[in-house]
Amino acid sequence: MTLSTKIGVDEPSWIEKNVPGYIKFKKFLSLLQRWPVIPIFFISILVLLAVFADVTGYDPELPALRDRTLPMFSEPVDPLTKDLTRHWLGADQFGRDTLTRIMHGARITLYVLLISAVSGTIIGTAYGLIAGYFGGFVDDILMRILDLVYSIPFLLLALVAAIVFDPSLTVVIVLLAFLAWPAFVRNVRAEILTLKERDYIMYARVAGASRIRMMYKHLLPGVINTVIVIATLRIGQLILAEASLSFLGAGVPPPTPVWGALVAEGRDYLNSAWWVSIWPSLGIFLVVMSLNFLGDWFRDKFDPRLRQL
Amino acid sequence: MGKYILRRFLFSFFTLIGATAIVFGLSRAVGDPRDLFAQEGGYGVTEETYEHLTKMLNLDKPLYMQYLLWLGKTVRGDLGRSLLGQKDVSDLIGEKVLNTLELTIFSWILSTIIGIPLGVLSAVKRGSFWDYAGRSIALFGQAAPPFVIAIIGILIFAVQLGWLPAGSGESHLIKGTWRGLTSGDFSLIPSFFTGGWKHYVLPVGTLGLAASASYLRLTRSSMLEILDSEYIKLARAKGVSERDVIWKHALKNALIPPLTLAALIFVGFLTGTIIVETVFVWPGLGLLATTAVSENDFPVMTGSVLLFAVFYTVIIFLSDLTYGFVDPRIRYS
Repeated sequence: MTLSTKIGVDEPSWIEKNVPGYIKFKKFLSLLQRWPVIPIFFISILVLLAVFADVTGYDPELPALRDRTLPMFSEPVDPLTKDLTRHWLGADQFGRDTLTRIMHGARITLYVLLISAVSGTIIGTAYGLIAGYFGGFVDDILMRILDLVYSIPFLLLALVAAIVFDPSLTVVIVLLAFLAWPAFVRNVRAEILTLKERDYIMYARVAGASRIRMMYKHLLPGVINTVIVIATLRIGQLILAEASLSFLGAGVPPPTPVWGALVAEGRDYLNSAWWVSIWPSLGIFLVVMSLNFLGDWFRDKFDPRLRQL
Repeated sequence: MGKYILRRFLFSFFTLIGATAIVFGLSRAVGDPRDLFAQEGGYGVTEETYEHLTKMLNLDKPLYMQYLLWLGKTVRGDLGRSLLGQKDVSDLIGEKVLNTLELTIFSWILSTIIGIPLGVLSAVKRGSFWDYAGRSIALFGQAAPPFVIAIIGILIFAVQLGWLPAGSGESHLIKGTWRGLTSGDFSLIPSFFTGGWKHYVLPVGTLGLAASASYLRLTRSSMLEILDSEYIKLARAKGVSERDVIWKHALKNALIPPLTLAALIFVGFLTGTIIVETVFVWPGLGLLATTAVSENDFPVMTGSVLLFAVFYTVIIFLSDLTYGFVDPRIRYS
């Protein structure tokens, strides 16, 4: 059986199928179909950008006014920066290097995402676990509260919070965690409801397991697949939300280089310096798309029942 | 049925109470709410203003009384005055509501006429060019934040090609008609057709693209599911033409999920407009809210947020009801 029949692609007959290069190419294609290579590639780039953010030597927040809106690949001219490398992706309206700001932005994005996604996941899973395990009255109350939370438009809440508290990294993280947790509850609860009827749970109870132990040791492992799938699919939305917040001026305050804020700041210079906005936009787009793909892949792999997500 | 409506109504009511409580609670969470009126680095407030604020906000009364008094004022439409310009917030909002509604309705129509047919097409002709085109749009619309689509649109169509304006214009179809109906002066409408429509293309396209992505995905998956079902096989087996199978048998059932999504999409627009209006400087509620954030104008902020929350709750309530009518299989429980 040739590779082409295996992956079911119709081959034009004139292609010489035994050339080694062609077989390699086909193998590579089938690798792309089976594993999320491209998403992992982009996400690794994001991580690398964040790790090596200081490599360019520029200060992400310090203005160098004689460099302002320098185009891509140009040499820096400001006395502050002239010993450094080129502005590979140009400079913004204050002469700050766009690439450096994107790299530092990647660092902040990862930091914000990690904390908010992890805390959101923990809260949401625990909430669903408790609602599903205790059932009855507790379940009713918890689910009504959840409905209420769902009915508050996130962006509006964030705007009010931004005006009441001074916008800061902490506020953004709390808001994002607040956005993240409700997504877990319904699915986790539904799974717990079926899991707790299983025999092994009854045996555990007979063996004298405490409630905490039952939830932590016996029920949690059963829902962990679902949780991973939802978390991956959710992170993309968190990035979008964070970017929207920064874009609206309700996120991490300037001059901190957050991707959404980079896009927003460059907006006024689209005519003369398009690179300030377009590169961070592309970054957001690629990362969110990769995360969506990765989430889809996890879902098909671990938990095909979640297809409707 | 009656019981169901009553339940949903009660729930919507409590949601609104919850939303107002949150807005009120946040305004009191910072400690002294009077500080919200005197910005840091500003000129401060005089002793008299301070006293006046204390009386106005009922700070001398217990917290629950403060909330109830505030709620009472809000229900009567008294949302206070804006800090900048000292205008009545309800008047400010009244000027903007129609602009936002206009943007929302046009985008809603656009996303429906793009998303649903393309979703059907990509499910029916699975694996064809249309399928890939539709799925690419869905992918793009889901991963690109609206402000990025907006900015790329501005860069291409306004900056490079110069075909479309990047901001809002004077002519408004719905607002013009409304003004015409209330005052008898219809002069605002013709300018929409002679060029005013150009101002709508980019904002409506931006909002519509993201929404049509979710329509498309949902229509496609529900159509695929239906096409795979037993009764479609039966229809095919007894010799119903392919066109009738798709348009008469499959589509009716496949459209139920997208129809229920329609309300959610409309609601999503209400918040989506916040971003789009900011980018295109569209004089609507969203722009009002973001300007209020940057100017620290607390009364305007709470006013627009409350209005958004009311819209949101009312639409969700109505969609819950229509869901029951459209799909009789749903139990009113």
